[in-house]
Amino acid sequence: MDLIIVLQAGVATGTILLFATLGEIFAERSGVMNLGVEGMMLLGAMSAFSIATRTGNPWLGLLVAMLAAGLISQIHAFISITLQADQVVSGLSLGFLATGLSLVLGEGLSKAGTITLIPSFTVPVLSQIPILGPIFFTNQKLLVYVGYVIVPLAWYYINYTRPGLHLRAVGEYPAAADSLGVNVFALRYLYVFVGGMFAGLAGATISLAIAPGWFSELTTAGQGWIAIGLVIFAQWDPLRAAFGSYAFGALRRLVLDIQAPMMLFGLRNPFYYNPYWGFFLEMLPYAFTIIVLVIGSREAIRRRLGAPTALGIPYIRGERGV
Amino acid sequence: MSESTLNQRKSNWLPFTVEVEPRLTPPPAWFSWALTIGLIIFALLIGALVIAFAGGNPWAAYSHIARASFGSIGVLSDTLVKAIPLMIVGLACTIAFRMRIWNIGAEGQFFLGAFGASAVVLTPILPSDSPQWLFILTMLIFGMAAGAIWGFIPGYLKAKFNVNEVISTLMLNYIAVSWNNYWIYAVWTEGGFQMSRMFPRNAWLPRLTDFADRVPAFGGLTVHFGLVLAILAAIVVWLILYRSQWGYEIRVVGDNPPTARYAGIPIARNTVLVMMLSGALAGLAGMSEISGVVHRLQGAISPGYGYTGIIVAWLAKLNPFAVIPVAIFFGALILAGREIQPSGIPKMIQGIILVCLIASDFLMRNKIRIRRKGEA
Repeated sequence: MDLIIVLQAGVATGTILLFATLGEIFAERSGVMNLGVEGMMLLGAMSAFSIATRTGNPWLGLLVAMLAAGLISQIHAFISITLQADQVVSGLSLGFLATGLSLVLGEGLSKAGTITLIPSFTVPVLSQIPILGPIFFTNQKLLVYVGYVIVPLAWYYINYTRPGLHLRAVGEYPAAADSLGVNVFALRYLYVFVGGMFAGLAGATISLAIAPGWFSELTTAGQGWIAIGLVIFAQWDPLRAAFGSYAFGALRRLVLDIQAPMMLFGLRNPFYYNPYWGFFLEMLPYAFTIIVLVIGSREAIRRRLGAPTALGIPYIRGERGV
Repeated sequence: MSESTLNQRKSNWLPFTVEVEPRLTPPPAWFSWALTIGLIIFALLIGALVIAFAGGNPWAAYSHIARASFGSIGVLSDTLVKAIPLMIVGLACTIAFRMRIWNIGAEGQFFLGAFGASAVVLTPILPSDSPQWLFILTMLIFGMAAGAIWGFIPGYLKAKFNVNEVISTLMLNYIAVSWNNYWIYAVWTEGGFQMSRMFPRNAWLPRLTDFADRVPAFGGLTVHFGLVLAILAAIVVWLILYRSQWGYEIRVVGDNPPTARYAGIPIARNTVLVMMLSGALAGLAGMSEISGVVHRLQGAISPGYGYTGIIVAWLAKLNPFAVIPVAIFFGALILAGREIQPSGIPKMIQGIILVCLIASDFLMRNKIRIRRKGEA
């Protein structure tokens, strides 16, 4: 088992989590928690794969996936922003709806055959860097590179631009933002849409690039939920989100790859000789999510940081709130 | 002075204006139920549109669901069999949601309940010739205890570290499935198959068909004792919520956490206890399913009962007794849904119903007036 190869694959797997986590960060920074990420990712994965098989064009699939997930996220936006319903319940129900919709529309898609995938390539100079080159810049999917570019952009956008300031204001103190002429409702709709597009992109990344195909609910296998956990671990910061996503991606790959070789670091590989121990390995990413949540929550208490103040609270004009 | 957001968007081109104002008093009870029934019909209509879009025949799908779930005494009994775990899981969600703890982990607690009950037979904790009442009682205790442990973990993490229970309970669902799989594949496998051996007859919950020699009409009816357990559980949950001090505390915390804190209600302790009770109920559902229907431990024991239970609890408006008829409706959907194509239809309809339900809550909180232009 070559550690470099595991990490290289881990970065690719982590890109899925990265997109979903970034999208959720945008939505939550505006004050709207969307627990429908898993469902939106499934919808993205399904529509991307479906369009790609029908048209032979993965780029069109990618675009449709982002639009589909973005559009369905607006149901949650309407219910939680305009109708002021509880965001937890509304997000959960969106997740159910999107999952069911994906299963119905994706019926028979698993037998669709081969499709043109998103291409991979090696970056000329950067791939020569020792260790980092082979992990990050060698033979990766185009979408993985998109991830590298988007993380600093998102970080800069949120922290150092005017629209980013508005985004944070709407999530921290909507009444103040409103009084300064920032349209709280429109911005929240917008960032829920952005979050949905990212979730769709994450889904399309699975079905068109990292683990091609449509395997109904197993396509995402809970990664949308892990992403929501990562948002808390990341303290709503894109840079930390990137770190968490790639670490989790590497863990997911490790869990798969560690079972293959007979010898591990010169010892008999216990997971090779006891294949049923693999079930405990399967638990690891999920158990780690809980651990990461504990870390994130403790840190939030200690550093008095944490969730955007208005997260989860519908903004009602003229009413006292945060 | 509270104004709604919709209020300010009066259109200039419609011949009427839509005004929204908050209700000062809760609407009458009939309104709530009429709304629920109305939204189910609305959701089924939307579902029909999607089925038609996906190339299916909505009328055929729906009439198939109706016939395959209520068409005869036999299928009605099968519907009830599917509804029993939904009733109990719905109650598990009801008690947690009433305190606004979002236990999405009923699925995992269900699996652990099934595991705990199976352990009694397969470890074995009791000799296989034990009397039936002892078997069932022990399985009940072990199943509920295992579910309670699975509920304790997120409850404790929330109380102690303020860990978001939605995510922790969901993660535990995945862990529970792997945990059960380990035992099914590695320890209790029967001849390499992915299932345990069949339980002895005295570890089965009694079914109606078991009494067919005395009452011939019961022949073939698979409704089992779990139905009685479900109804008992509904009564117990109702008693706890509305006739006990603990239930009062749960409701106060759910309605208004700051008030509860000022009143000195121990929120952290109640969080742990409610999660454990919720987990124990979901575990009971798993035990009843394993001992009443499946009669062995295997992988596919739940078509998402734990998740459907969430919708059942909401549709029943967190009313323990309303959970029972609502669970029967969804039991029908699950039973019939196994045969119709595309196979995702029941799940999608559940999702649509839940979305409409959450949205319709707006009408419970607000009055909508449509006025003609020019009217004062």
